Amino acid sequence: MKLDISRDHALALLRDMIRIRRLEEKSAELYAKQKIRGFLHLYIGEEAVGVGAMHALRKDDNIVATYREHGQALVRGIPAGEIMAEMYGKANGCSGGRGGSMHLFSAERRFYGGHAIVGGGLPIAVGLALADKMKGESRVTACFFGDGATDEGEFHESLNLAALWKLPVLFLCENNKYAMGTALERHVADAEIADNPRAYGVPADSVNGMDVVAVNRSVHNEAELVRETSEPRFLELRTYRFRAHSMYDAELYRTKEEVEKHKKHDPIEGFQNRLLAEGLIEQADIDAIEADAAKEIADAVEFAEQGEWEPIEDITRHVYARDLS
Amino acid sequence: MTAYRDAVRTALQTLLREDERVFFMGEDVGRYGGPYAVSKGLLEEFGEDRVRDTPLCESTFVGAGIGAAIGGMRPIVEVMTVNFSLLALDQIVNNAAVMRHMSGGQFEVPIAVRMATGGGKQIAAQHSHSLENWYAHVPGIKVLAPATVQDAHDMLLAAVEDPDPVFVFEHQMLYGVEGELDTEATPPSPWKAIVRRPGTDVSLIAYGGSMHKALDAAEELAKEGVSAEVVDLRSLRPLDKETILESVRRTHRAVVIDEAWKTGSLASEISAILAEDAFYDLDAPVERVCTVEVPIPYAKHLEEAAIPQVEGIVRAAKRSMGSG
Repeated sequence: MKLDISRDHALALLRDMIRIRRLEEKSAELYAKQKIRGFLHLYIGEEAVGVGAMHALRKDDNIVATYREHGQALVRGIPAGEIMAEMYGKANGCSGGRGGSMHLFSAERRFYGGHAIVGGGLPIAVGLALADKMKGESRVTACFFGDGATDEGEFHESLNLAALWKLPVLFLCENNKYAMGTALERHVADAEIADNPRAYGVPADSVNGMDVVAVNRSVHNEAELVRETSEPRFLELRTYRFRAHSMYDAELYRTKEEVEKHKKHDPIEGFQNRLLAEGLIEQADIDAIEADAAKEIADAVEFAEQGEWEPIEDITRHVYARDLS
Repeated sequence: MTAYRDAVRTALQTLLREDERVFFMGEDVGRYGGPYAVSKGLLEEFGEDRVRDTPLCESTFVGAGIGAAIGGMRPIVEVMTVNFSLLALDQIVNNAAVMRHMSGGQFEVPIAVRMATGGGKQIAAQHSHSLENWYAHVPGIKVLAPATVQDAHDMLLAAVEDPDPVFVFEHQMLYGVEGELDTEATPPSPWKAIVRRPGTDVSLIAYGGSMHKALDAAEELAKEGVSAEVVDLRSLRPLDKETILESVRRTHRAVVIDEAWKTGSLASEISAILAEDAFYDLDAPVERVCTVEVPIPYAKHLEEAAIPQVEGIVRAAKRSMGSG
C-alpha cells in the first residue's frame, strides 16, 4: 500500500527519528567514556513511537513521559544541547543538572517529565487533565508509559478516575514487550493490554509502533477524539527496544536471535526504504538529514562540555520556594 | 465557642469562596459530609465540580491533586486518615516532594493535604497510627499539626496559600474540641512554635493531640509547685529550633511528648537538637514520652497504656526535676 503522506511530512518524521537515533548513540558512547553517569535508558528501536506521537500532538498539549524520554523531549523542542548537558549533570541542562537522563523537564514546552517510578506519572497526567477541564481549556494531556506500568495499581486507578470524571487524557502505552527484563507474558495475565482500559469504559486501540506513519495517524485521531469529547482514550503502541534496558543490563532474559529478528523491522531503515521506493525522497535527502543531525549532536556535546557545574553552595536550592535552611 | 471540625470547615468555605482555583477532594467529603463531619454542607454550597468525592484510590487522587497543582489549581486533598495515606506515599515522596527540585525549579506543587492522625478511639492497630515523623523526614514538603481551634482554621488557609506541598495533620480526638475562633485576627506564622503556657522549671514540648495532655500535665505539676512551660511545636517541618532552644535554655529541662513510637520519632529529633545545641544548658537528661513500641491495641486499658497520658508526662517532668 502506498504511503498517503506529503514529502515534507515524511521528511519531518524521518529527520526526527534520525536525530533521536544519533543522540542516543552518542549518549551510549559518552556513557562508556563516563561523561554520562547514573541510569541511561536508550530509545533506540522505539523512535517511531515518540516521533509519530509527538508530531500528532499540539504544542499546547501536555506531555508526561517516562524515564526513557529523550526522544519525546527532543521532538518536543528541548534543544539537544540542554538534554546532553542535563545528562552530564551541568547547570545548563534542561533541569539544571538536578534531574539527569530520567528527569528531563521543560515548563515552557509543557513537558512534565521524565518520571522514573513506573506508573507514577499516570496520576499526574490525570491531575493535569483535571486542571484543564476545570479551567475550560481544550488541551489534551498525553501520558506515555510502558507495558510494565500496566501491572501497577496506579495504572488501573488512573484509568478508572479519568473515565469516571471524564478527563481529557490520552493514555499511550509503549509496549516494548518487557517490563525491564520480564517478558510481557510473564508479567501480565492478559497480554492483550488494551483489554484493561476497555474494562473501565475507556476506548482503546493498538497500533504497530514500528511504523511511524501508522503511529502518527493513530495518535492524531485519538488525540482529536479526546479533545472533541473531553474524555480519555487509550492507544497501545507495539514496539521493541533494540538496546539493553539500561546500561547495567546484561540482557539475560532474551536471545540475540530475538533481538536480531526485531532489528529487521528497524523503524528508521524501514521508513527510509519505503520513502525511497516510492520516490518521495532521494538518498541526498537522507544524507542531508544525517549531516544536520551529526552537527546538531556534535554541537550538543560541545554545549554540555562547556556548561558550568552548579556551585555546591547552592545545593539546597529548588527544595522549597524559599530556602528554609 | 467553635468546634475544631467547624473551624476547619470555615477555612474550607473561605478558601472555596475566595479563590476559584481552589477545589476540595477526598473520600466521602461530599455527599457523606466528611468522615469527621468536617465538610458537611460544602457539596451543597459549591457543587460537584469543586467538592469531589473520589474513588478509594489514595495514590491516584493524591497524584491527581499534585498534577492539578502543577497545572495551576490549588487543590485541597483530604486523605481520610494517615493510615490510608500510606497508599499515597509514592506520590507524596516521589512526586510532590521532588518535582520542584528534579525539574531545576521549573514546576511547583501548591497542594494542601489534610488527614486525621493519632489514636484514642479504640479503632485498633490499622486506624490509630501517628506517622507525622515519616512526612517530616522528607525535604520538599512541609508539615503542620494544628492543636487548637484557631490553628485548625489558620493553618489550612496558610497551607493553601503556600507555594509548596503542605501536609496538615489533625488529631482525630480534637475534632469535637471547642475553642475560640477569630477569623478577623492576623494569624501568627504557622511555621513557628508557640509557648502555650509559660513556666520556669521544665519545658514540655508537644504538638497536636499531645499538646492538650501537656497542658493538663502542666496544671497538675503546678499543684505540686513545679512551673512547667508548654511549647506547641505547630510546624513539624520546618521545625522551629529557635523557640525550642530558647525555652530549654531558660528552664534547663525538657520533656518531649510525641504520640509516635519512640524509635526514630520527632521526639528523637528534638532530643538530638537539644543534645547538639543546648547540651551545656541542660540540668537533666532529656525525657521522651512516646507510644509504647506495640501496634495500637483495641482494648481500652491497653490503648490508654500504649499512648502518652497526662500521668506519664507528669512523672517524666518530675524525673527531670530529680524528684520522680
